[in-house]
Amino acid sequence: MAKEILVGKASDFKEGDKKIVPNGKTSEIGVYLVHGNWYAYANLCPHQGGPACEGLLMAKVEEIIAEDKTYQGMKFNHDEMHIVCPWHGWEFDIADGQAVADRKWSLRKFEVEVRGEDVYVLA
Amino acid sequence: MDIPTSDIHKQAVKSLDTTSLLTNAARQRDARNYDAFPIVDVDCHHYENESISEIVKYIDDPVLKQMGMLYTGGGTGGQTPFNPGLVGYQDVAGRVTRYPLRKTETTPGDDQHRDVHLSLRWMDAMGVDYVCLFPTPMLSLGLHPQPEVEAALAKAYNRWLLENITAKEERIKTMMYVPFSDPEAAYETVKEFGDHPDVIGFMIVSVRYHAVHSNAYMKTYALMEELGKPLGFHSNYNWNDRLVGNSNRFLVTHALGFTVYNAVHLCNWVVNAMPERFPKLKTVWIESGLAWIPWVMQRLDNDYKMRWSEAPSLKGLPSEYMREMFYTSQPMEKPDNLDVLKTTFDMINADDQLLWASDYPHWDMDVPSVIYDLPFLDERQKHKMLGGNAIDLFNLDVSKRFPNYKPA
Repeated sequence: MAKEILVGKASDFKEGDKKIVPNGKTSEIGVYLVHGNWYAYANLCPHQGGPACEGLLMAKVEEIIAEDKTYQGMKFNHDEMHIVCPWHGWEFDIADGQAVADRKWSLRKFEVEVRGEDVYVLA
Repeated sequence: MDIPTSDIHKQAVKSLDTTSLLTNAARQRDARNYDAFPIVDVDCHHYENESISEIVKYIDDPVLKQMGMLYTGGGTGGQTPFNPGLVGYQDVAGRVTRYPLRKTETTPGDDQHRDVHLSLRWMDAMGVDYVCLFPTPMLSLGLHPQPEVEAALAKAYNRWLLENITAKEERIKTMMYVPFSDPEAAYETVKEFGDHPDVIGFMIVSVRYHAVHSNAYMKTYALMEELGKPLGFHSNYNWNDRLVGNSNRFLVTHALGFTVYNAVHLCNWVVNAMPERFPKLKTVWIESGLAWIPWVMQRLDNDYKMRWSEAPSLKGLPSEYMREMFYTSQPMEKPDNLDVLKTTFDMINADDQLLWASDYPHWDMDVPSVIYDLPFLDERQKHKMLGGNAIDLFNLDVSKRFPNYKPA
């Protein structure tokens, strides 16, 4: 049975917030509230082991290509937010934890439960 | 501190603390028991531009010194007479947060230089025992239009580094910056600093357009060989280069630039038979990763067999000379098919010739586990690549930290 870790009060989170909680003595879990959804991932990048959840949360970058195939610049797509590992910049889709550059790599995902006011992660 | 991000609002992040940022590296250190064997980082960096007001005081030429003190004092609109200028954003527009946060890290206000404090923090976190420290903006100094400026700044930097950094911390060594644009100054640099105990070799910054086989450099190579210390070529990118900078994405100019500059110098070094002229001078090819080496080996061997008359002083295939050169691992490409990497290791005789490097704090740094976790290496091989090979090459005295050290 999964261990429950109390993250804190749901009301303490506003959109885009995260909190990193200990998971035992030698690891942590990052808990996020993004687009009204809760997500939790191990604070451990599959690349070289960086603290992925300690990095920035950035929107997906997209190229603007016109109908005639010409390049018209870039934009942020805030519908897809990325966790960015601060060691090397690997980006992970907040929705599933997969590395956007190579989706066979991913952050370890954990379930989040909100009971009443309390937020729990199941580790 | 706030970092501008894709969000409408800035994202608040903590001040940088290197030890905290590298907590997971320290966990790797403990889990893999790095304390049990010496780890030597052959290529790491500091930001000498942060100390430039100290460094310019060491310039001999009074006119250049006055100019340096003026322009490093601020208030001149951001121009500098020293840095030839590189467009780029290695930190992936702030995603690699240790760049924008760097200035927020605090160090004790004691007699020890900030660069020593910062170096020891990441060294201890990763489990690194000894390092070879290189500058950062000066990696582009080979492009400076005034050879005399490269020579003056190199000499000042070298003196400053030995007095203020390496002299204060025995775990920090350096390969001395050689001002290659001025052959006489290059020779004088080796002569002046060559036998200093903290100078474990010599370093030429690869981003430049000088021919390594020019006759003007032969006496300098001869002196290096006599001193018995290796010569390193440290690569870099250059977005202003008309070929390898011919991209609108930093990704490309970085991926190509860091390999191509060293590839050109290495090819010229080999086909001009420099290893035959200076058989005891060992060369180290720094920060180009590893994937380029099999490419160059195969291309040179193929052409050499058809055009032997253009490289008549060679006594073997170019790849055979290349197998006797040294290579730093970072940034080590890790293909999905590890057989590719294993083949590369075999081709370069990595057991004896490969030297791990972190390149910390730069954006594409490697932690020691990039070597330690490779499934096709045994413990002895790992120890050699992470430290033993460098100890042999640089004749490093590691007795203070490893009194009973014996080569693997």
